[in-house]
Amino acid sequence: MQEQPQPTEQPRRSFLKYVLTGGLVAWAGSVLYPILAYLKPPIQPEVEVSSVKAGKLADIPKESGTIIKFGSKPVILVRSAKDELRAFDATCTHLDCTVQYNKDKGMLWCACHNGTYDLTGRNVGGPPPRPLEEYRVITQGEEVLISKKS
Amino acid sequence: MKQKLSKLYSWIDERVELQDLVQFMGKKYVPIHSHSVWYYFGGVSLFLFIIQVITGIMLLLYYKGSEELAFESIQFIISKVQFGWLIRSIHSWAANLFVLAAMIHMFSVYFEKAYKKPREITWLTGMLMFFMALGFGFSGYLLPWNELAFFATKVGTDIAGVVPVIGEPILMFLRAGEDVTGATLSRFFGFHVAVFPGIFTVLLGIHLVLVQRQGMSEPEGFDPNVKEKTMPFFPNFLLRDLLLWLIVLNILAILAVFFPWELGKKADAFAPAPAGIKPEWYFMFMFQTLKFIPAKVLFIDGEILGILAFGFAGALWMFVPFWDRKSAQGEKNKLVNYLGIFAVIYIIILTTLGWFL
Repeated sequence: MQEQPQPTEQPRRSFLKYVLTGGLVAWAGSVLYPILAYLKPPIQPEVEVSSVKAGKLADIPKESGTIIKFGSKPVILVRSAKDELRAFDATCTHLDCTVQYNKDKGMLWCACHNGTYDLTGRNVGGPPPRPLEEYRVITQGEEVLISKKS
Repeated sequence: MKQKLSKLYSWIDERVELQDLVQFMGKKYVPIHSHSVWYYFGGVSLFLFIIQVITGIMLLLYYKGSEELAFESIQFIISKVQFGWLIRSIHSWAANLFVLAAMIHMFSVYFEKAYKKPREITWLTGMLMFFMALGFGFSGYLLPWNELAFFATKVGTDIAGVVPVIGEPILMFLRAGEDVTGATLSRFFGFHVAVFPGIFTVLLGIHLVLVQRQGMSEPEGFDPNVKEKTMPFFPNFLLRDLLLWLIVLNILAILAVFFPWELGKKADAFAPAPAGIKPEWYFMFMFQTLKFIPAKVLFIDGEILGILAFGFAGALWMFVPFWDRKSAQGEKNKLVNYLGIFAVIYIIILTTLGWFL
């Protein structure tokens, strides 16, 4: 009587292979994950600012732009030659520099790459791809308040 | 004295077999031909890197890497510490000369086609070191925490953030958050004084061992067996190298003393970017290109286009030994020359425009 050829160690061997490979992958994952997670900076909760005081109207000269701290973001308050008050996000939409009011041009100007915005915040020259986000300006008697447009 | 020295030598030799090493060091020669002058610039780059390590460690003894203290600590170094102004000025100037020397070294190797087989790995390590030199420059620039540095870092990291898909995580990783803050400074400090020097040293080791093992690259049709056409590296060429190093050190001293590096104003997150802000000269051609690209090309952002184009050009440049088959077979490759000439002219023109526009 012929003996059946035993399917020798194959199933056991491949089972071990899977277990060991799987274990190795899991181990590598458990080493790499904390490292990658560590490198990701934690999100710091920021105090949500809805409006800030920008000072007294009398202290804001005509044809000027003042940088106001809006939480952790700079906002530029512009008082035009026509005595209009407007406020914009002061961060240039091009590459993150902070814009300033340029008296000669009567425009908002970014020194980094020569981008210009008109006094309604529209990107009119140079590389900026988008207009500046506008903020709301409210005058309560003498006080000037800036708030986010909802 | 001599006896003592030879005794010490043989004591070490018995244990670590110095003899082989000395032979290995001594058998290199330098070919003499009309382009031999280019053999000096790798050595000059090496010398300037050594200067950076020494002056960098010296600055590290007084520098404080934090938002509140960084600017003040540099002020302290340049006003109170004896010769602090000199050390800082040398570190800043040598950084610039290092990039310049490495650039000259890189372009000369490129035009001489010295990257061709069997020296592809030498070229690759060299290119990686060059990118790392730019990284050193970019990260070190922020450390004084002044106005110019603050905006340069904002712009530089924002550019990385423009890259599709991976841009945003990279930006967060570089800035250590949404904005450039003291956390960014800590991170850049770590890159500048630990991560980069460590990696750079390994690459430099590979680069130099390969040069030593393969010897100097010879121009096409050069016969090294003619005695008058070669010079032993040790000691003849080394002494010439050292003389040039001395000259470079003098140039550095003159620059550092007569044109001391400015510190500028302390960074303020709520001040507009100052008029006349410029990147360092070696980033100028890229920034100037970004200035010229319109905001929208068809419907792709101009920025993305510029960055991808530079990325592609950099990759093409880095992998030249692998697509330039002709040079490896000893044929002339005009395309490589034209590309190189175009790159040099482009960089010169755009850098000049950046400085004078």
